[in-house]
Amino acid sequence: MTAAAVPAASPATTGEAAGARLARSRRNAELSLLLLAMVLVAAYGATVEANVLDTVTPDFWIPAAVLGLVFLGLHLVIRWLAPFADPALLPAVALLNGIGVGFLRRYDLAKAEPDQRETLAVFAGKGGSQLAWTLGAVILAAVLLAIMRDHRSLSRYAYTLGLAGIVLVMIPAVLPGRFSEVNGAKLWIIVPGLGQLQPGEFAKLALLAFFAYYLVRKREVLSLASRRVLGIDFPRGRDLGPVLVVWLISLLVLVFEKDLGTSLLYFGMFVVTLYIATERVSWLLIGLILFFGGAYLAYVLGSTVGGPFANFYDRAQIWLDPFAEPYDRGYQLVQGLLTLGTGGLFGAGPGGGQPTLLPEVQTDFIFAGIGEEIGLFGLSALLVVYLLIVERGLRAALAVRDSFGKLLAGGLAFTLGLQVFVIVGGISKLIPLTGQTTPFLSAGGSSLMANWLLIAVLLRVSDGARRPVTGGGPVARPAGSPPEQLHGAPTEVIRP
Amino acid sequence: MNAPLRRVGVVVMILFGLLFANLNWIQAYKADEYRNSDYNGRVQVAEYERKRGNIEVGGTAYAISKETGGKLRFLRTYPKGEVYAHVLGYKPVNLGETGIERTENDFLAGTSDQLIGNRVKDMFTGEETGGGNVLLTLSKRAQETAYRQLTDNQVGASKGAAIAIDPRTGAVQALVSMPSFDPNPLASHDTTAAQTAYNKLDKDPNRPLANRALAETLPPGSTFKIVVAAAALENGIGQQTSIPAGSSYTAPGAGKPIKNAAPSICPEPQVTLREAVTESCNTGFAQLGVRLGADTIKEKARQFGFEQEDLTVGQLGEGGLPVAASRTGDIQNPDGSTDQAALAQSSIGQNNVRMTPLQGALIAASVANGGSQMRPYLVRQLLAPDRTTSYYTAKPRELRRPVSGQVAGDLRDMMLNVVKEGTGRKAAIDGYTVGGKTGTAQSGPDTPDHGWFIGFALDRNGTPVSAVCVELERAGSGGSAEAARIAGRIMAAAIADAGGR
Repeated sequence: MTAAAVPAASPATTGEAAGARLARSRRNAELSLLLLAMVLVAAYGATVEANVLDTVTPDFWIPAAVLGLVFLGLHLVIRWLAPFADPALLPAVALLNGIGVGFLRRYDLAKAEPDQRETLAVFAGKGGSQLAWTLGAVILAAVLLAIMRDHRSLSRYAYTLGLAGIVLVMIPAVLPGRFSEVNGAKLWIIVPGLGQLQPGEFAKLALLAFFAYYLVRKREVLSLASRRVLGIDFPRGRDLGPVLVVWLISLLVLVFEKDLGTSLLYFGMFVVTLYIATERVSWLLIGLILFFGGAYLAYVLGSTVGGPFANFYDRAQIWLDPFAEPYDRGYQLVQGLLTLGTGGLFGAGPGGGQPTLLPEVQTDFIFAGIGEEIGLFGLSALLVVYLLIVERGLRAALAVRDSFGKLLAGGLAFTLGLQVFVIVGGISKLIPLTGQTTPFLSAGGSSLMANWLLIAVLLRVSDGARRPVTGGGPVARPAGSPPEQLHGAPTEVIRP
Repeated sequence: MNAPLRRVGVVVMILFGLLFANLNWIQAYKADEYRNSDYNGRVQVAEYERKRGNIEVGGTAYAISKETGGKLRFLRTYPKGEVYAHVLGYKPVNLGETGIERTENDFLAGTSDQLIGNRVKDMFTGEETGGGNVLLTLSKRAQETAYRQLTDNQVGASKGAAIAIDPRTGAVQALVSMPSFDPNPLASHDTTAAQTAYNKLDKDPNRPLANRALAETLPPGSTFKIVVAAAALENGIGQQTSIPAGSSYTAPGAGKPIKNAAPSICPEPQVTLREAVTESCNTGFAQLGVRLGADTIKEKARQFGFEQEDLTVGQLGEGGLPVAASRTGDIQNPDGSTDQAALAQSSIGQNNVRMTPLQGALIAASVANGGSQMRPYLVRQLLAPDRTTSYYTAKPRELRRPVSGQVAGDLRDMMLNVVKEGTGRKAAIDGYTVGGKTGTAQSGPDTPDHGWFIGFALDRNGTPVSAVCVELERAGSGGSAEAARIAGRIMAAAIADAGGR
């Protein structure tokens, strides 16, 4: 840790100790915020109906109420199992999830025949299945909170999780395209007739748990053994091994699963956890150089050799000038930009836009579809909610006392933020467009469940961070578990 | 580990800041450009949200919008599409609109400034009253007769045009261009199908999309003799004045002599002007033209409306369907002096003389209306969406006065004689006096001649009721007689159903 950061860390620790002494759980604040979020979701639903149906049906509040009940259930579970968890996380995520369900229901209304719109059932269509998935995902999160009473217990399964993560990543790549390819990206496991699953969404969590464990064990050798070049400490060649392995895996994902976004996500996730663990800027530099070098290489190979690289080259071309082929390759991105532009500052109002004109509006382009209706102001608010979740996650990482927890929470929070950046940046032509889901908004069970699991872990870590040090709190450490050695230790201060 | 965590927090904030800045760029700076982009389907959807108004002829709507329940709420349909195609035009989803659909687009769509009151009212009542209605001057019967007679012509011509106007007002009674087309496929919401249909019409060698009545010129042949006769009447020659004729005339410097259509036509060395018009004496008019001079002929043609480039037919103000300029063309030698051979040919409507059917009808109408040429128009009235308020009613006005009343009277007498005992007998209508002039124009060395007829009908009081021009492209032998017959039918129909004014 740098000298400047040491004093900065100390007040935080004292502040945390003070908070712990007061032992305020802030659960009532969470409940009030949750109610506020649900009122917003209900108001959104009512506005949609007023705009699409020209009337607000007496049943407009039902989807919001169902969601509210689901989240209330999770709130009660948190009260019981993680009473000191961060009170802002659940309401913020609930708001995003509710807007997602509301927008998908709004999309169903637009797709439905005019005479069937007023009678659209609560669980019908994309919005209905998203509502059902939300229920499943929240139950999953509650189960995780129940099983994992202490985030440190995850480290016991680190290698299992790491292996599972790699397998999950690899499955779509080795499966034949017909079982794994949707819209040109091989990211899926498709069970014909049953449905499809995006294993990468879960792999991201498993891999991160493994990274965190691995790096906590290796951080000393990775950060201490170094060579100094141009004033920056570079690691020894042999220590580069794992980084190179992950870099290769992410490039393989890029090439064989034809998905730049996922590859960027894994690599960014790993490099940043590595940086947090070692506190070495050199890792960031190496990571950035490797990634951009790899991407440039793929671009050059795509333009000359083609083959597996052609997809990436295509996407880069579209990104550089989407209006070159506005009805052909650039169609999606062009329509996304036009949709956002049509929304303007204030948007057309919920239900006032035309999401059916935008391809993939229920998944990749949902942020643009919502943006047409709530405008720049609404989208900025959504971005702030995302930022809030990420920063609260990082806050939990700062406050938690063990290294594994810090890496886990920090890595997960950053991954969430990076995913939002990759997809929102993609549809707004900030970076090349890649098929990523927008966390909590996009239709799809895999993404929703994986991201709710991520939130469950963040809740658990923040609970561990804010729980009073002495007295054990309402939830004691599991009886009979051996005293933790490395990951149980308080924050170490390491000097280079 | 806290310091890097804090820095990661800052990095995330920077990333989100980039997203925010980029969204500002798209949703604020570029918003207008994207909102109105040609690629933005919302522009069309918005246009189809409001019910487009009708285009009506004689109380029947021939362009109507039907509710579809689809993404584009209304489908534009054209009952009797082919009959009215060149007047109404069409309103496609992705292509450009044409005809009255184009010129009155704002009013039909309900977006014109005139309809602002309606839109404000809609805002308060929450209703969508739709666009305004356009009422045309056409006579249903004359239009349908013109279309049927033209397509069923007895000389087998595949191309041609007919236009009838009310000489007293300039109101267009019929306007047909052959071949026509069905505008319905072009208005299809399936834009690919619409594009395919358009491409097929566009590539058709007969060019069905062209509006031959207004926008295409052909050599007018003998119909142009009315212009020359008008010039002669103004230069001291009377109906009964003898002019040189003969079976053959070779102009100074001409290689080939000008002959008459048949040896029986004006073989005598002198005929009266009246006889020359009645029989359509080429040799007489060629010599008359050479005597009057190129400038006189050109000036007279200009006074009848030749060379006008900005005439439109729609409302009587701005806008409307564009009309091609009719031309007398070049009658000069390279050194600037008059080419006498060309002048002789021009005087019988050959050489470089080119005329639109509308111009032909305007000449006949000016003659019938005592020398006053009324500005032609198609739009009679613009009615509010609720049909209670009228936003425009045509007030006919004179476009120009090519000849004096006296010259017009002489021309009228001579043209009446053409139908009574000359080349235009087939145009006669029971109970009305019909005047006119036939024309046969060479289209090229080896292609059949174009047949023309321009004429008018007077009722028992001598009041003009209709003026017409029929043109049959490459109709060959008998073309002008067939054109005269069709013209008679159209005028008879226009008399039975005068259309709106």
